[in-house]
Amino acid sequence: MTAVSDQLVASNVQIARRSSHHTSDRVFRWASYGSALLVLVVLAGILGSMIYGGWPAFSEFGFGFLTSSVWNVGRDQYGAWVAIAGTLTSALIALVIGVPISIGIAIFLTQLCPSWLRRPVSTTIELLAAVPSIIYGMWGLFVFAPLFAQFVQIPVSNLVEGLPFFGTVLYARVPSGVGVLTAGIILAIMIIPFIASITRDILDQIPTMLRESAYGVGCTTWEVVRYVLLPQAGVSIIGAIMLGLGRALGETMAVTFVIGNANRLSLSLFDPGSTIASRIANEFNEASGLHLNALLALGCILFLVTFTVLALARFLISRVKVH
Amino acid sequence: MSQISVSAGGALGNARVADASAPARIAVRALNFYYGDFHSLKHISMDFFDRQVTALIGPSGCGKSTLLRTFNRIYSLYPEQRAEGEILLDGQNILSSSVDVNELRARVGMVFQKPTPFPMSIYDNIAFGIRLYEKLPKSELDGRIEEALRKAALWDEVKDKLRQSGMGLSGGQQQRLCIARTIAQKPEVILLDEPTSALDPISTGKIEELIEQLRSEFTIVIVTHNMQQAARISQFTAFMYLGELVEFGPTNKMFMNPSKKQTQDYITGRFG
Repeated sequence: MTAVSDQLVASNVQIARRSSHHTSDRVFRWASYGSALLVLVVLAGILGSMIYGGWPAFSEFGFGFLTSSVWNVGRDQYGAWVAIAGTLTSALIALVIGVPISIGIAIFLTQLCPSWLRRPVSTTIELLAAVPSIIYGMWGLFVFAPLFAQFVQIPVSNLVEGLPFFGTVLYARVPSGVGVLTAGIILAIMIIPFIASITRDILDQIPTMLRESAYGVGCTTWEVVRYVLLPQAGVSIIGAIMLGLGRALGETMAVTFVIGNANRLSLSLFDPGSTIASRIANEFNEASGLHLNALLALGCILFLVTFTVLALARFLISRVKVH
Repeated sequence: MSQISVSAGGALGNARVADASAPARIAVRALNFYYGDFHSLKHISMDFFDRQVTALIGPSGCGKSTLLRTFNRIYSLYPEQRAEGEILLDGQNILSSSVDVNELRARVGMVFQKPTPFPMSIYDNIAFGIRLYEKLPKSELDGRIEEALRKAALWDEVKDKLRQSGMGLSGGQQQRLCIARTIAQKPEVILLDEPTSALDPISTGKIEELIEQLRSEFTIVIVTHNMQQAARISQFTAFMYLGELVEFGPTNKMFMNPSKKQTQDYITGRFG
């Protein structure tokens, strides 16, 4: 009896639903379509307004905007080279320090780590990615920089003084602790979690049987990793590195704290410098006219560079699923 | 295809007579194996004879792959797996902690269920294993590689593209490349863990033919799900069930006249 009435109710509900089915389906489809489209519209809008806002600077200084190292607000002369060089140098330092450590972490987690330790270490590394960048910036400025000045900049400067090359690159005129190298080190710490966890995922996707075959011909763990697993992961690891690079290029807050925000070009890694992002963060507040246009133009360059790097990174990472 | 039916027909009456007078290459003595708390091999004792093909058969989970994986101690990659007892390879207990596992694995080669070419050229796939243990001049290395590829019946198909990636070969060719890689190291024993399970019938036929030829030089242990394959290519067969060795003997006898009812039931397809 109850079963029958249940059935009756159920079929009534279904009929009621049927009638509104088409409208709600259509609304739902357009709503989700619209949400997805919104992302593209916003992205295009940002890019468009950046180019529009930066255009006066590009047309005023032409190609020289990229190559000039003069950034003089008083004379309204703007060139991006110091900021571009600072961005590239600090990001490169971050990669040189961060990549070997990240790959080491990934290899440890996938090949050597006892299973009880794997989860805690993995989680810690992922949590490192969740630390707000202002924390890194504050820690870098108030804790790391003084120690870095005392234990690295001063002794190293004394050591290399007068030497060719090193006497220039690693000499601190004012050993304050902040500078391009400091920024690079902080950036390295910030990108390690990204590169390490993606590399770990890539290594995890390599079939167990391939790993066992490599051990099966008598390889040591080092040989398995060096000759079989890393080449097998190949371009995907480069993708993971580029993802880290993309973050290092665009990181603003932490870098602004520790890079020193100087406008001149220096060959020494211990000297203060600035990146595109730190320059914008420092100056947007009082910028107007051509100054503002120049900052927007800087933003435009950064946007295009990081966008390209990240797009390339995604493409390379996805390659691992192919083979 | 014809090749398969011929060997299937000839399997039980053929000239491939089991030679139990051959010396034992591997002697398993009271072997117990554990995955954590799970006791997966129970007191196994048996001999694997020199230059004979021994097939391990039995339903899934019976422990045949586990047994195979003790002979090169590949299980020791996983800390929760452990073996107790003795496995004597030419009289030396390979489970002893004083044995160098990397050297052991060069003496006991292994081929897996799926082809596993390394991410390098065909030439380097084979040279890689040799270089790990021997420093050879280029000309000698080239000779060893050609010899291995010829023995694996792959030379004619790849001789013009040795510098190309091993990943570009077909599945069957990749598996023969893996066999070539194994024999290039001149091992004493070759372990085959269901080597044809991912291959089509023609490639399977080629691999079976190859195993038949390799027997003159190597002691071969093969795990297979396919009883016809065991009948076709092996001289000895071991039937395992739930971690125990139920019956072990010359393949002809195992298939024609098994002494245990369980063996009879399995090979006639009544269970498993």
